[in-house]
Amino acid sequence: MNIIVCIKQVPDTAEVRINPATNTLVREGVPSIINPYDLHAIEAALQIREMTGGKVTVITMGPPQAEDALREAISMGVDDVRLVSDRAFAGADTWATSYALYKSIEKLGYNIILCGKQAIDGDTAQVGPEVAEFLNIPHIAYVKKIETVSNESIKVQRLMDEGYDVVESELPVLLTVVKEINTPRLPSLKGKMAAKKAVITKLDLNAIGAEEENVGLKGSPTQVKNIFAPQAKTDRKMLQGSVEEQVDALVQELRGLKCV
Amino acid sequence: MRIVVNIEKCTGCGLCIDSCPFTSIEIKEDKAFINEYCQLCRACMSVCPEGAIIEISEEGDVFKADISAYKGVWVFAEQREGVIASVAYELLGAGRKLADELKTELSAVLFGSTADEAKELIKCGADKVYHCPDPIFEKFNDEPYSQLLTNLVNGHKPEILLAGATPIGRSFIPRVAARLKTGLTADCTSLEIDSETGNLLQIRPAFGGNIMATILCPNHRPQIATVRPRVMKRGEHNPDRKGEIVSVTDRNLSCRTKVTDTVKEASHCKVNLQEVDIIVSGGRGLGDAKGFEMLEELAELLGGAVGASRAAVDEGWIAYSHQVGQTGKTVCPKIYIACGISGAVQHLVGMQSSDIIIAINKNPEAPIFNVATYGIVGDVNEVVPLLIKKLKEAKA
Repeated sequence: MNIIVCIKQVPDTAEVRINPATNTLVREGVPSIINPYDLHAIEAALQIREMTGGKVTVITMGPPQAEDALREAISMGVDDVRLVSDRAFAGADTWATSYALYKSIEKLGYNIILCGKQAIDGDTAQVGPEVAEFLNIPHIAYVKKIETVSNESIKVQRLMDEGYDVVESELPVLLTVVKEINTPRLPSLKGKMAAKKAVITKLDLNAIGAEEENVGLKGSPTQVKNIFAPQAKTDRKMLQGSVEEQVDALVQELRGLKCV
Repeated sequence: MRIVVNIEKCTGCGLCIDSCPFTSIEIKEDKAFINEYCQLCRACMSVCPEGAIIEISEEGDVFKADISAYKGVWVFAEQREGVIASVAYELLGAGRKLADELKTELSAVLFGSTADEAKELIKCGADKVYHCPDPIFEKFNDEPYSQLLTNLVNGHKPEILLAGATPIGRSFIPRVAARLKTGLTADCTSLEIDSETGNLLQIRPAFGGNIMATILCPNHRPQIATVRPRVMKRGEHNPDRKGEIVSVTDRNLSCRTKVTDTVKEASHCKVNLQEVDIIVSGGRGLGDAKGFEMLEELAELLGGAVGASRAAVDEGWIAYSHQVGQTGKTVCPKIYIACGISGAVQHLVGMQSSDIIIAINKNPEAPIFNVATYGIVGDVNEVVPLLIKKLKEAKA
């Protein structure tokens, strides 16, 4: 069983703030982490390997510093990693990202591909399904539980608005997973040692055999026109006085709204 | 294209360094330098007081598809167990406006369900409905959905395609975009037409919702967007509205997945946050899981339900089903009471369309106050018990 996990290194968005004076992100001191949903994808891959045997390969596309994310994946116990990195990939939207990942994965051989449901920086949830379409394999998104897995097929629970569906698929298949699926393991000491020593295989544009017009900014149908801070409300009323006076004023307002 | 620094103008002030979401700017010999981590987001360009950061184009940058052949606005109307989801009517509301502005037709696409349901789409704004009643669409499987929608788009060439940002839309629409080689913008909260170019301006939260971004798809068609439920206004219902239902068949649909069971989880969320009038929501400021007991009491007193920020859910204080915001639910109750929630935009985008927002936070600078109707500066663990007491007195 060949299991591939696609991960992304992201800024820890919980720490990102906007500077209202300049309308820009304050990124100082914000750490880079493995996208939290991707940790669940790695854990799911390791658990499948424990059941069926096989090999787990983690792949990421990103700048050279994304190597840190791959080392962290190694420390969790994955067998192999690939860093897809080239200046030509810069500015890629989800189409161009999916295309580059597809070209990279195509050569690796795969039975199951796992992704986190979305990355917390872009929050698009598009790359997983797009990679599946490029590879011409089925996918199941928002997987919250893997019920059974064999060398030919898999049965999972897919989160829907009002509950979940039980979905079966033949292999190969791509799954995107949600947090409920598992609790990611912590790196082991042995894993940390392995991570330190590991030589990271880097794949550039030529190595994955991608056409330049399909990657990076050139290959991206969408463009970011501008970014801005969300608008503030104009009619806000800060209640005044001691805490008790403020609460009294609020009860008064709620009374006016016929809530009391 | 590349973003570069004009070192003649650069004063080395360093303002651009903090603006870069990818830490790709450094100071070298007292001048800013953009290294290979640059993702071309342009965030630095607007902060440079000297205008020293500029965009330069490289050969072969612009690819132009023949976009003039694409006309009309399409809405994908998703159904569950044969009933059209309410997000489809919201898309018709948004789509009607766009179509009128572009002086073009609005069409809906319905897979599965019945002709009677298709008529409802016309009454709510569609000029035409492409309806495929094939039983393959009874349960949701990504492959037949994406195959048929791709074929229809190739056949009719709409310029805009909208779908709901639901588990269904967000799962299969990316396959359609991949196959068509066109842009897809996820989870839009606002849509406008650029009056100069006629392009669709797709506005969505980005970077965990801490900022908003306007996304364009200038050279490819259709321009595809998924739209967040409960953000757009429903299309007006007019029982006399006329339109055409076009029945569609496709014999080549295939499917390698199979839905064997559908489980409704009543307990998944005891009270559906999207249907209550009052939500009392808690965040990191509560301090611990016990804080939610207090919020439950307040919610019960007001006849509402309890929500939570991602921070509180991540701490394990309350179940994910209560989460409001970008990665949780979008809500718009009559009254939203935010207790100890600082207001990261990823939370704000999920609740800022509430009619009245009451914010309780000890930090007067917390961004939640920017969207609040009423603000109380104070410790939630002091304010909320007092509020409960006063409400009880008022009721008595």
